[in-house]
Amino acid sequence: MTFLRRFAHNYGALVGLAILLVVVAVAILAPVFFPSSPWESAGVPLLGPLEDPQFPLGTDMLGRDIAAGLAYGARVSLLIGVVSTAVAVVIGVSIGALAGFHGGRIDDLLMRFTEFFQTIPALAMAIVLVAIFNPSIVSITLAIAVVSWPPVARLVRGEFLSLRSREFVQAAIVVGQTGPRIMLTQILPNAVSPIIVTASLMVATAILTESSLSFLGLGDRNMMSWGFMIGAARTMLREAWWMSVFPGVAILLTVLAINLIGEGLNDALNPHLRGRRG
Amino acid sequence: MKTLDFLFQRLVKAVLVVIGVVILNFLLIHLAPGDPAAVLAGEAGAGDEKFIAQLRAQFGLDQPLHWQLWTYLKGVLSGDLGFSYRNQVPVSRLILDRLPATLLLTASAFVFSLALGIVLGVAAAYRRGSVADSVVMTGALVFYATPLFWVALMAVLVFSIHLDWLPPFDMETIGAGYTGWARAADIAEHLVLPTVTLGMFFTAIYTRLTRASMLEVMGLDFVKTARAKGVPKGRIVRRHVLRNAILPVFTFASVQAGQLVGGAVLTETVFAWPGIGRLMFDALMQRDYPVLLGVFLVTATVVVIVNLVTDLLYRIVDPRIEAAG
Repeated sequence: MTFLRRFAHNYGALVGLAILLVVVAVAILAPVFFPSSPWESAGVPLLGPLEDPQFPLGTDMLGRDIAAGLAYGARVSLLIGVVSTAVAVVIGVSIGALAGFHGGRIDDLLMRFTEFFQTIPALAMAIVLVAIFNPSIVSITLAIAVVSWPPVARLVRGEFLSLRSREFVQAAIVVGQTGPRIMLTQILPNAVSPIIVTASLMVATAILTESSLSFLGLGDRNMMSWGFMIGAARTMLREAWWMSVFPGVAILLTVLAINLIGEGLNDALNPHLRGRRG
Repeated sequence: MKTLDFLFQRLVKAVLVVIGVVILNFLLIHLAPGDPAAVLAGEAGAGDEKFIAQLRAQFGLDQPLHWQLWTYLKGVLSGDLGFSYRNQVPVSRLILDRLPATLLLTASAFVFSLALGIVLGVAAAYRRGSVADSVVMTGALVFYATPLFWVALMAVLVFSIHLDWLPPFDMETIGAGYTGWARAADIAEHLVLPTVTLGMFFTAIYTRLTRASMLEVMGLDFVKTARAKGVPKGRIVRRHVLRNAILPVFTFASVQAGQLVGGAVLTETVFAWPGIGRLMFDALMQRDYPVLLGVFLVTATVVVIVNLVTDLLYRIVDPRIEAAG
């Protein structure tokens, strides 16, 4: 209850939540509002916003409905953002838990491995991965996961290092619980709140990365995405500003909303850390 | 002595990371769907039987895998990053030609964002709770959530197309034939939009970081002492707080080198800036894998070098770090 109350007291977080709920609703209801494919030419090309009430956000150079593109793009952004973060969290938690729980050489080795991935420029690596394995929703999701797990691993390792010497963990060892069981049932539940906060902010970063990739032409060819729409609008900047402005606003609002929620979660879950984050 | 040890350790680590990236590249070539020789040739070269056969021989593609890795490593570490069939030049040549433009852009974006971020962060912390604070922090929040490439396009839309203040593309006016200072001024003019675009995202980060760090230091005892002694507020902020608060910002800034490079790929793509980011985009469009992998390796190497240099600088600037190990 106190968690909910603290979260509800955060004005920014509530605004973020409201925006995100709208985006989620639009993503879910996309086929209801726009039964035909967002790739299909629906009207006169290059209609400006509000020129035709049927296309409130206008159409692109092939007559595709911008509003429909935005609605379907929301699906891709949210899907890739959430799934790639989930995969990254699984990788990060596994590596961080093993390193922090065992310590010593295992820790050393795993942390060098983590540092390696943290040093390599993330976007450049994601670009190379998606390009080599051909752009598809799976390769994009995995590539984003591969470049974003290190912070989770470091965080979880730190938590495990400090928690493993606590009395309740020592007690579990004395009782004879096995290593994996202790990690999963004793330590991990105590490390969940910082993981949630980090994961929520990672979803925002993942959405930005996905949009960058599809902007560069590395999107799934079968799925409309916001980054792709902006990429396609590049050559039409002079003639049709709405083609690039609206998808950008959509990305901005979604990412902003998730960041606000993440900060709200941080304040609500780790009140003693309030204000420590940059 | 200790510093020498440290230098050696860091150097070994840096070299290991670079070798790691080379091995990663090798694995990617072999894990990619299709023939490794086709990947090494790039899409343009894949149809040329003679070129493919030559690559097979050069990289020993009929030899056992560990032998291939050895051949590949040797080649790369001696500066051979492969051959771009599309451009008919060695990849290393292409990258070396483009590297200065990228370094110019990233360095100026780095300086711009760090300077502006620190100024805004200090101002926001100094007037905590004021309207100015809210405006700065809201701005930082928004820019932190905005895709870089979109900011770039919007900047072109507003400042080049509508206001016609600044040139939207390239690094200098083509065919103008400027030399000396005139050329420098021309390049500087072309540099403004890409720098600000690339820098805004990082400005947002540094602003938030500086403000948080300032507020943390302001709560410490020695600041209270200074205040009790009657030191003026401006002096406290400049002399006492900022000096202590700025180190975490610098630390974070050096960690951001990798992200800055990623941002450069997007910025250069939009502004047709002739650096390695743009080269990477062109390589993507042409499925020119040797160039793609080469750029990846070089950017990683540059980041490793930047991290190494900042680590060393820290030890010189702040002797306390040595004690902390």
